[in-house]
Amino acid sequence: MSRLAIIVTICVVVLFLGSWIFKALQAQDAGVDHYLLRGFLVTCSAFLTLAILSFLYKDNPIYKFAEHLYVGISAGYWMSQGFWSTIVGNLIPRLSQSLSGFFKQPYNAGEWMGGFFYTNWVFYVPVIFGVLLLMRLSSKYGWISRWALAFIVGTTAGLQFIRYMRSDFIEQISSTFVPLLVDWQGIGHFFSNLSLSATGQLVAMVSNWIIFLGVLCGLIYFFFSKEHTGLFGKASRFGIWILMVTFGASFGYTVMGRVSLLVGRITFLFRDWLGITS
Amino acid sequence: MKPLLITVSLLSLMTAASFAQSDPPVEQPMATDSTMVASTPSITPPAPVSSLEAKDSPDDHGHSITLSWEPSADDGAGAATVTSYVIYHSTSPEGPFDSVGSAISGATTFTHSSAKESDAAGFLADYVDRYYRIDAVTADQTIRTPSSVVGPVQSSGQWYNDGRTPVAVAVAFFGLLSLFFLKRAKAGADLYVRPLGGIEAVDEAIGRATEMGKPILYVLGLGTASDISTIASFTILGRVAKRVAEYQTHLIVPCYDPIVMAVAQETVKAAYMDAGRPDDYKEDMVYFLTNSQFGYVGAVNGIMLRQLPATNVYMGKFYAESLLLAETGALAGSIQISGTDEVAQIPFFVVACDYTLIGEELYAASAYLGREPLLLGSLKAQDYAKAAVIICALLGALALNIAAASNATWGLTFKEFFKVTN
Repeated sequence: MSRLAIIVTICVVVLFLGSWIFKALQAQDAGVDHYLLRGFLVTCSAFLTLAILSFLYKDNPIYKFAEHLYVGISAGYWMSQGFWSTIVGNLIPRLSQSLSGFFKQPYNAGEWMGGFFYTNWVFYVPVIFGVLLLMRLSSKYGWISRWALAFIVGTTAGLQFIRYMRSDFIEQISSTFVPLLVDWQGIGHFFSNLSLSATGQLVAMVSNWIIFLGVLCGLIYFFFSKEHTGLFGKASRFGIWILMVTFGASFGYTVMGRVSLLVGRITFLFRDWLGITS
Repeated sequence: MKPLLITVSLLSLMTAASFAQSDPPVEQPMATDSTMVASTPSITPPAPVSSLEAKDSPDDHGHSITLSWEPSADDGAGAATVTSYVIYHSTSPEGPFDSVGSAISGATTFTHSSAKESDAAGFLADYVDRYYRIDAVTADQTIRTPSSVVGPVQSSGQWYNDGRTPVAVAVAFFGLLSLFFLKRAKAGADLYVRPLGGIEAVDEAIGRATEMGKPILYVLGLGTASDISTIASFTILGRVAKRVAEYQTHLIVPCYDPIVMAVAQETVKAAYMDAGRPDDYKEDMVYFLTNSQFGYVGAVNGIMLRQLPATNVYMGKFYAESLLLAETGALAGSIQISGTDEVAQIPFFVVACDYTLIGEELYAASAYLGREPLLLGSLKAQDYAKAAVIICALLGALALNIAAASNATWGLTFKEFFKVTN
């Protein structure tokens, strides 16, 4: 470890401890319970925020520390969350009364479907597939896990196909049925009566034409089995222009959202940690 | 000093922004609700609702009863004293009746339903006789008039959903088209696919990585194995992995989802076997990072800056992390090829990557790369389906406008055919 690294580490530790003590004293004055913990959490959040922001300069050991901490904690958290919400919260209460009691979950016997069958028996399917997936851990029987993977990918792709067919195909067609000239009282009327209704009509008409032509030309751009030449190519060109204008608008909108996130984080640093703003 | 200056400048700017935001909230005086008038003793009981009907809700999975009625004569007319309707339910005509919901005055329908799980709140079991009654209620909650009891009615699920017939027709149409072109492709017909810049660049980028002796980073995004874009990405990954195996370059595939990781491992393994280099395949080429969106981004950004891959390929479903990844990759000097069907994220890839596959190009890329009859046939069918959409849109817009100009309603009937309900 170089001398510079040692100095930086000492500075960071001292600053952290100083901030912790200061925030804890502040919390104690404010009558907060567990003021030591409160001071630690605020300081920790602030230092981790700064550690992540330090990536703006370049990759560095402080960022690496924050990154590994984040990845490790989040991976552990989601695994724990998956176990307690999916297996303990949803599966066990439907399959085993004794295990439900062990985990203090209310047992759900399901509905009787006639004969020997209960609705809850369907939950054995994910159990079986889960076991099949775990077979990956075995070098000899790892291939069995492909059955579960094939089922997951195939079934969900089929289900998604119906959803896409509805939202991106059928509903897209009917959304393109728009009035293009109806109710339009003519350009002469527009100029002689600059009323709101006439302007509104013009805007609506232009908007409908953009939707109509935009959809048609956008679709033409996504034709893959025909060369984009001649009139077809021009329509395709117009389609990609429409797409690019849409992306530009979307870009600006989303960037504004990101800036508001940054403002939120900086507000935390200045208000909750440094206490400069109120 | 440089990082300090940058940080101080950034924080100063943001402080100014936060000050600008920190106006104290203005306390609003409590609004006076003119309807909160004490009940007057002069209210007379309103007329009851009429023509009350209870039917099993159509086109559903069961566990739902739909009630319809004619409003009370005092709802918006007559004495105009009805403020709401309270719906009561029982499994016996004699009662006791329990309230299961309410509807505002003017309403004529109500759906009594529950989730299909037997432990759901207010679970409504199928095939059980049920009886309903509706009270027309005045501002004074105690002054109300019950309707007659209707029933018995039972809820049940239906096997076929009439409201989704257009989807069934579309699926059948697309299925037949796919089968037709699949047959043609298998018979050896030459099905043309126009070149896609982003995909053509993949081979070039892999060659560059080989020359530089640097790895290739393949990011499958945040989608699960059920997302169509992730499935398309697996096909592209297979092609990239095969070429990587042939060139003996190193491949890194960090994953966000454990199932995606398992499928990606199988895909890469199969690609290495296809390339005749099964021994070069290593399990740790494809690995799981974390299920946390920004934890994943942080880790991938770290990989980009520490391992300096020559090429970054982003294919699949991306959300807010798209720009963070692509910007870091650009800073690291990697060639970047991206593709996603997330419309909101495409702009970020367009500005920060060298090549971007927009929306459906991602799906076409897998067919373009694989050249398998199944994929080519499906691609050709998609093009014909798009042609059908264009024809329908033209006809529909024409019909709507001609019909509207002549004050006819048949134009709307054409539109109704494409309406999917429930």
